[in-house]
Amino acid sequence: MPLIRAFLAIIRRDLLLAFRRRAEMANPLFFFVLVVTLFPLAIGAQPNLLQAMAPGVIWVSALLATLLSLDSLFRSDFEDGSLEQMLLSPHALSVLVLGKIVAHWLVSGLPLLLVAPLLALFLGLPEQAMGTLWLTLILATPLLSLIGAIGVALTVGLRRGGMLLSLLVLPLYVPVLIFASGAVDRAAGGLPVGAQLNILLAMLLAALALAPLPTSIALKMSVN
Amino acid sequence: MENVQHATLEVRDLSCFRDERLLFSALNFEVEAGQSLLLEGANGSGKTTLLRILCGLREADSGRIIWCGQPAEASNYYRDMAYVGHADGTKKELTVLENLKFALALGVPGKYQIDQALDKVKLAGFDDNPVHTLSAGQKRRLSLARLLITQNVLWILDEPFTSLDKQGIALIESLITDHISHGGMAVLTSHHDLRMADLNLKRIHLQACH
Repeated sequence: MPLIRAFLAIIRRDLLLAFRRRAEMANPLFFFVLVVTLFPLAIGAQPNLLQAMAPGVIWVSALLATLLSLDSLFRSDFEDGSLEQMLLSPHALSVLVLGKIVAHWLVSGLPLLLVAPLLALFLGLPEQAMGTLWLTLILATPLLSLIGAIGVALTVGLRRGGMLLSLLVLPLYVPVLIFASGAVDRAAGGLPVGAQLNILLAMLLAALALAPLPTSIALKMSVN
Repeated sequence: MENVQHATLEVRDLSCFRDERLLFSALNFEVEAGQSLLLEGANGSGKTTLLRILCGLREADSGRIIWCGQPAEASNYYRDMAYVGHADGTKKELTVLENLKFALALGVPGKYQIDQALDKVKLAGFDDNPVHTLSAGQKRRLSLARLLITQNVLWILDEPFTSLDKQGIALIESLITDHISHGGMAVLTSHHDLRMADLNLKRIHLQACH
């Protein structure tokens, strides 16, 4: 299938590019680790307070780290003309866009997923909440990439779109933040988290189906 | 490629404004297979804008593009067309080969294999060089190599001769001539004086449309 081949080619190319620019790509992850490790230093020796704040701290840092990485999603493609070539491809643009979003998640979301448990241990998050933290990250980091892609596609043509991007995307990130950190918080207290996880899963599936199309339309507008 | 022999591009009543300024209006022209069209005009007269409209990257304020007798949206137009613009559309961190393989994955495989195309644009042996190590002229030839490896009828070229040396210009001219003699067509802008004598060349001067 040529369409699947194009989809995989986009993912492969973006991963290769990320590998060649690894210093740049590691910035959001570095930011994530830095913010989470600075909290205990600033708050001082108050293990109970830290433990109570852990879900919120981890989730806010993960969200800001994703926001930081968003701009790279389409910026370089826009500047060097690759985006135009992608728009002119005979394949369905929303599938190609989904490929770019998947690659973005693999580069920016997956590393967060891998270091988060370690940082949670740092903050003293109870063991019974670890599984939930992981699950929320698995469900919600791709969601952040999908929602963010719409915002980036709308602002990529603007010279200083950074501020506007945060304004556009943050309100949509807030529900994700509430349900994700809420679930971890409840798990730490030994409460059931099924409802929160189901809502996150529903949001992820909805975004998977609904985000690529507006993103591709917004990209066409930005190039116009 | 079955309709290559009688492919036609018609443009009807095309007009475009940019920032409240009329670039062109009621523009009509036709290009047939085996023909090429050179857009002329001063800087800022709307040549690039017209090419981007032809590519579908920009919407015209009015007018229609007709491909083989059908409206562009309803035909294979976007599959039969290839565009090389000011921006090369290549990734400077990737090698020549990686860039072409990606271009091939996005399009439909065409007349030439990648190594044949590299041979044609005199980039053979540069396969594994990252694009940022190439000179400006070599980058240009690389972006034109993309046209050779994918299947297309209509080439839309925006200043294809920029930063090329004399041999480079002659090379690209011969590629265009070759493409056209095989039933292809080309729409291009250029400040360089085309010397393609055997080329069935039409000219449109954009200033005249005001």
